[in-house]
Amino acid sequence: MNLMEHMGIEPGRLQFSWISSAESTKFVDVVKTVTASVKALGPNTTYNKQAVKVA
Amino acid sequence: MSGYQDKIKEVALRLLKDGSVDMVIGFRKGTLPMMNEPCFIRRPEDVHQLVWDSNCGINLANYLTDRKEKIAVVAKGCDSRNIVTHIIENKIKRENLHIIGVPCQGMVDKRRIISEFGDTLLDVADDGENLKIKIHGSEKSLKKTDVLQSNCAACIHRNPVLFDELAGELVPEQAGVDRYAEVNRVEAMSPQEKWQYFEDLLSPCIRCYACRNACPLCYCPTCFVDESRPQWVGKSQDPIDIRTFHFLRAYHCAGRCTDCGACERACPVGIKVRQFTSKLNKDAFEMFGWEAGMTLDERPPLDTYKPNDPNDFIK
Repeated sequence: MNLMEHMGIEPGRLQFSWISSAESTKFVDVVKTVTASVKALGPNTTYNKQAVKVA
Repeated sequence: MSGYQDKIKEVALRLLKDGSVDMVIGFRKGTLPMMNEPCFIRRPEDVHQLVWDSNCGINLANYLTDRKEKIAVVAKGCDSRNIVTHIIENKIKRENLHIIGVPCQGMVDKRRIISEFGDTLLDVADDGENLKIKIHGSEKSLKKTDVLQSNCAACIHRNPVLFDELAGELVPEQAGVDRYAEVNRVEAMSPQEKWQYFEDLLSPCIRCYACRNACPLCYCPTCFVDESRPQWVGKSQDPIDIRTFHFLRAYHCAGRCTDCGACERACPVGIKVRQFTSKLNKDAFEMFGWEAGMTLDERPPLDTYKPNDPNDFIK
């Protein structure tokens, strides 16, 4: 993750969690925080390969 | 320098004559100035080919992978650390190796010399302190310490860590060098600047994979970039594919890279490939106190679990 951010991925776009299948509430919390922080960053315009355009 | 060379020849001759090794891996003169090439000496009468000077930057550990015969290998500080890594990773057996350690005073950055003098160089000779550069009709002398490869200028492990005999007296290690100056400079940038920095850095990449081929760590039978089922990364010149190749390759070297600079030296377009691995080296040092290849007695941090491993990134 450090190298990803080192080469220009915004902090907060890449996140790691460990959630047991028994931790449903943690799962919901993590999904909420991740979506909120990614929404705040906006669309990923950098590390995003454009599909090949076929005429 | 010539002292090292004579000693290397003497040791190689003795080992080949008494049959204690089947092969000596060292350097011989290349066809162009500053382009010494690795050579594999199997007969005592070929020992005279061996050379040693400031253009032996190639990492010879790269040629040991999965070898079964008895080998004597010439090893600088970084080579010896890669040999340790090879032994730890079961790519070569310690008992099959006779390591001729060479205390190193840094290798010369051939690109800097070529950019200064053009590619019409006739000869570059090296007396240990100074380089004598011969161009058409004139001769110039340069101080070697001014034209070292960037990784050598910031090296703190010049002496071999593992050897059976030495080709010369141990040299004093450098103190007070900032190994991570470039990494720190990039770390201080904003995400957009970082992205742009690596975009510019990688823009000349032609994906020849010379960096991978020169790297002693890259010994997978099939590299992830060559696989097509599944295809992990696009094979095109798309900037995203190029970046993915470079940073994934770097990750494969995490906690293993000795900063030997072979990747940068091999790059035909002069990309500072070490910008990726230096960051990982810095992280390995800061998070695990780890420098690759310093000892045979400790497992690398990425293949062992310790209760105090940093895990703040897992939310």
